[in-house]
Amino acid sequence: MNIGNLVKVAFSSLFRNKMRTALTMLGIVIGIASVIAMVSIGQASTQSVKSELSSMGSNMIMIMPARQQRGGVDMGMSSSKSLDNKDLQALQEKTRYVAAVSPMVSSNKQLIYGNNNHSCSVNGVSASYLDIRKYEIAEGVMFTEEDVKRYNKVCVIGQTVELFTNGEDPLGKSIRFGSIPMTVIGVLESKGQSGMGDDQDDIVFAPYTTIQKRFLGINYFNMMYASATSEEESELAATEITYILRSNHGIKSGMSDDFDIRTQEELVSTISSVTGLMTTLLAAIASISLVVGGIGIMNIMYVTVTERTKEIGLRMAIGAHNRDIMFQFLCESVILSLIGGIIGIILGLIIAYVASKLMNMPYVVSQMAIVGSFLVCALTGIFFGWYPAKKAANMNPISALRYE
Amino acid sequence: MAKDILRVEKLERVFRVGSEDVHALRGVSFTITEGEFVSIMGTSGSGKSTLLNILGCLDTPSAGDYIIDGVSIKKLSKNELSTLRNRKIGFVFQNYNLLARTTALENVELPLFYNSDVPAKERRDRAIEALKLVGLESRMEHMPNQLSGGQQQRVAIARALVNDPVILLADEATGNLDTRTSYEIMSLFQDLHEQGKTIAFVTHEPDIATFTTRKIKLRDGQIIEDAPIDTQSAAEALAAINLQKED
Repeated sequence: MNIGNLVKVAFSSLFRNKMRTALTMLGIVIGIASVIAMVSIGQASTQSVKSELSSMGSNMIMIMPARQQRGGVDMGMSSSKSLDNKDLQALQEKTRYVAAVSPMVSSNKQLIYGNNNHSCSVNGVSASYLDIRKYEIAEGVMFTEEDVKRYNKVCVIGQTVELFTNGEDPLGKSIRFGSIPMTVIGVLESKGQSGMGDDQDDIVFAPYTTIQKRFLGINYFNMMYASATSEEESELAATEITYILRSNHGIKSGMSDDFDIRTQEELVSTISSVTGLMTTLLAAIASISLVVGGIGIMNIMYVTVTERTKEIGLRMAIGAHNRDIMFQFLCESVILSLIGGIIGIILGLIIAYVASKLMNMPYVVSQMAIVGSFLVCALTGIFFGWYPAKKAANMNPISALRYE
Repeated sequence: MAKDILRVEKLERVFRVGSEDVHALRGVSFTITEGEFVSIMGTSGSGKSTLLNILGCLDTPSAGDYIIDGVSIKKLSKNELSTLRNRKIGFVFQNYNLLARTTALENVELPLFYNSDVPAKERRDRAIEALKLVGLESRMEHMPNQLSGGQQQRVAIARALVNDPVILLADEATGNLDTRTSYEIMSLFQDLHEQGKTIAFVTHEPDIATFTTRKIKLRDGQIIEDAPIDTQSAAEALAAINLQKED
């Protein structure tokens, strides 16, 4: 029998038992759909994390104080007060690969304007922070080094700081931060949501000196941001910063740093390896359902072979070779799994699309996953169809013809 | 002299049932020549089914030789036997063995699917030809469950004829049919015989055997009778039944 006839015969026998065929296929459909959807969702989240990081500035370097222990008790991340003005100056003056440095002190108090009030984080930074974090000014100006030096009560606000109603122009307005009035001198360009769902525009920047001296009464920094001269040089810059800070803090060799440095490179690779692991894990779980689907095919093929024993006997009696019988049943199981696979791929892509819309992620179609699952389908059909087909082909025509 | 279609020589077939050997055939020899219409008779257990399986190349003898159309099956592989069945033998079974939910025409085409010498476009024509031969050209698109028993058996006969075999092997082909329909089928076999077909017909009904030209009788795996017989006409027998009805 040639392929065309085999396929025709396979289709007609699959059509004879529509319900059974549909249910058997369902196993494969669910298996493939879940693999495709999981891989696609996994890749989408990897991609969204990566794009978020690059919008944060991929040459960005974060310097955080190390964890501190007091009497053997861990005080949590960035709990030490190791970063201060001396470090800032050193980093501004002595480095080659660091383009800009900005300290950061955070405070969280109620903002008040007229009848409105709003709670968001107020970050004390230096003028270069905007460059480092890739923020842009939409209206007005950023505060200057002069403002920093004089502890001026000025600030720049993000788009979603909802203090101003009815389209009121915030520029020049005085808002209160607790009891202290600050003048709005600039509005930031919208940066949108971060991949973790944070609103990056719900933010206020003020000179770090103002926050340090007027609000918090401290002289250390919560953390520092720097930017390397380029993304490629961020590792060099990190080494440089480590060297300078160690010598500044008088840390002898062999002792551990009292600060943590994170470049984006590390973060990107860390997060993508984590999300990659997640994707693999999800795909692995999903493929279990594919195996279950395959076993479903095997089961049904066994039933089919037994049911059609007489037909097999007849076909052999009128001249079918063992191979013809084998291919006939193999063809059936492959068609079953391939059609199930195609439906599964379509369903999986739809699920991935809906998920990407719901979770606000990019819609990633993984060609690899599609081609891969198509191959897996074909292999599933052959693998799980093999034994039933072999059983059919090895039947004795005499007893098969007598089978009741 | 007519040529030999098949020849069996000292055919033996031993089955092993548990620890005992059962001798189904104990040295059976005969020859069927072209154009013969042979009935093979015997009670159950006489070895006629075993003989038929060997004649149909579904089984191989334990000893002795079987030569069909000049080919000895002794040393043939499973696949070669399949091909031999396809080209040289037409089977007609007691319970028709038609594929369900498959039209009469497709059922008849089936053996040609396993014959790569027949091109696809010729298949249909040959199947139609075979159906015409059994008088079913008006029922080609019917499914088996839309046909009567006699019609189903005619489809099966057409299927046996479609590959133009050297011999038709019928296994109790009238066993599931009433007398009237049996006679109709026998009349068809007689027509085919007249057209020169060689037929071997296994039956246990003596009246069916009278429509053939030669009777081989088996008992306990041996031939106890092999003689030409006075052939009755199935068509006349059929007419006689019809007359009885009118009375």
